[in-house]
Amino acid sequence: MSNTDLKKYWQENIRYVLILLAIWFLVSYGFGIFFADALNSIKIGGAKLGFWFAQQGSIYVFVVLIFVYVNLMNKLDKKYGVNEE
Amino acid sequence: MDVQTWTFIIVGLTFALYIGIAIWSRAGSTAEFYVAGGGVPPLANGMATAADWMSAASFISMAGLISFMGYDGGVFLMGWTGGYVLLALLLAPYLRKFGKFTVPDFIGDRYYSNTARTVAVICAIIVSFTYVAGQMRGVGVVFSRFLEVDINVGVYIGMAIVFFYAVLGGMKGITYTQVAQYCVLIFAYMVPAIFISLAMTGNAIPQLGFIGNTTDGSGMALLEKLDQLNKDLGFVEYTQGKKAMIDVFAITFALMVGTAGLPHVIVRFFTVPRVKDARISAGWALIFIAILYTTAPAIAAFARTNLINTVSNKEYAAMPEWFKKWEGTGLIKYDDKNADGLIQYVAAADANELTIDNDIMVLANPEIANLPAWVVALVAAGGLAAALSTAAGLLLVISTAVSRDLIKMQINPNISEKRELMWARIGAAGAVLVAGYFGINPPGFVAAVVALAFGLAAASFFPAIILGVFDKRMNMQGAVTGMIVGISLMLYYMLKFKFNSFGPTTPDQWWFKISPEGFGTVAMFVNLIVSLVVSRMTPPPPPEVQEIVENIRIPRGSGKAHVH
Repeated sequence: MSNTDLKKYWQENIRYVLILLAIWFLVSYGFGIFFADALNSIKIGGAKLGFWFAQQGSIYVFVVLIFVYVNLMNKLDKKYGVNEE
Repeated sequence: MDVQTWTFIIVGLTFALYIGIAIWSRAGSTAEFYVAGGGVPPLANGMATAADWMSAASFISMAGLISFMGYDGGVFLMGWTGGYVLLALLLAPYLRKFGKFTVPDFIGDRYYSNTARTVAVICAIIVSFTYVAGQMRGVGVVFSRFLEVDINVGVYIGMAIVFFYAVLGGMKGITYTQVAQYCVLIFAYMVPAIFISLAMTGNAIPQLGFIGNTTDGSGMALLEKLDQLNKDLGFVEYTQGKKAMIDVFAITFALMVGTAGLPHVIVRFFTVPRVKDARISAGWALIFIAILYTTAPAIAAFARTNLINTVSNKEYAAMPEWFKKWEGTGLIKYDDKNADGLIQYVAAADANELTIDNDIMVLANPEIANLPAWVVALVAAGGLAAALSTAAGLLLVISTAVSRDLIKMQINPNISEKRELMWARIGAAGAVLVAGYFGINPPGFVAAVVALAFGLAAASFFPAIILGVFDKRMNMQGAVTGMIVGISLMLYYMLKFKFNSFGPTTPDQWWFKISPEGFGTVAMFVNLIVSLVVSRMTPPPPPEVQEIVENIRIPRGSGKAHVH
């Protein structure tokens, strides 16, 4: 693998990581903490939304984030030919 | 059959299972002892990681804690799950590609220095020992409550079991017992939760019951009802917090980053065959953890509603049987201050007559919900599985630190594999004895320190590992200074504000309103900044180290974990 390819591979990886971590931060610290009071005026079932994000929603999103990352990276590895057999 | 007979049968069966697995999977080489030969399938590794991670505290205490903290309990729920996103995206794949056995291995090689290695070994041992003492105590507590044996006898039995499969099987034995232990503990956690959810909300799925309506005929949402009950008794509304927002942020962040920096969690990702397996097994681990972690807040809300309805302003003489039973263990205390024979459970300390231990919410749940005796016994087996699996993972980190990071890498590099394996077993045996000692003679500060272990891990390991992967320019000087400054600052804050070692303090004096539990976040950022500044003022790392960094960034060619 050439140096420029390696650099591109790494940059794309970093871009994925930054986007996913932004969502990670938003659902937990954003929805669950900083904006929890504001979101509490909305309801999901019988729960206030901010409270729900702090105790349920953020955890579901975390799980999804990891599986999205795994998929993106498996594709990226193949694209640059650095995947394992 | 009574509860005790059931408990003996179920606990006995699970122990026989763990021992059987240990004999079947004993380790023959150091690679098997340290990382199970690097051949664990990702799904199994996910389960093992989940059991490794969820300790006696998660299983027994967490739902109860949340039940009393309400919204603020979210710090544990988010903090102890969000770290897996960091692990999957920032650490696990690269450490797997690096392909050695321990966290100090990585720190020592990446920062080309035995000083860095030694600092990492010391941090790993401090973090792991504080943690493991709590687990052994947990084993003793479960034994004493369910089997009515002495706490110390319980600790001895737990030591004997862990000794057997950790010393014999190493990581290989531990991994497959943890898979079994996960199955036991999740079954034990979910069965009562499902029954209680059905009874209180008519929904069999606790996560949905949590946001559903109560079945008491009022048609109110469960959480709305709970808010009301809390308010009537003078407590803060259940869905509102008491902590400062900045502190909620800091604690959550410290727990997340600490999780991603805990050696016994990180090392699990060395055991899978490929880099892509490391990524996905973090995902599996989080799914398995999330099953319990999304159920816990539901149990917390059900149990609190149930409790208030059962006891508040009711006659003491008419309390159900479980109330009297747990009063006998000291977990429930009733003091009829106004001598009216009724139980006043209120927020005001001078009028409140009822004291309830956190642990009761999970331990007494099956009885509160009138579940059959075998379910009660199952909860005992689940608590033991949670405590033993975490203890074993921690003991392995300690034994590896002795045999590999100290003896093989520093004292005697020419040691034969057979002798190294012998030292690993001696290390594990020694660690079991020390852990057992702390289990029997718990230092008063254990409970406090377990929570702070996350701060210590966050302040020391996390930045050193992240920078080691993502900043090629990071050098030995930067990382070592950062780790030392970070962990010292954290220790100082802990001693000053948690243990009042430098004279009495009050929460008003906390820096930036951040509690000692959340201070790991500040110490982590200080470590990060110090590392970056120092590294830019000192020479870059040698070319061969920069090559290591290039190499761990691409998955291809990971191969098995190797000795070199």
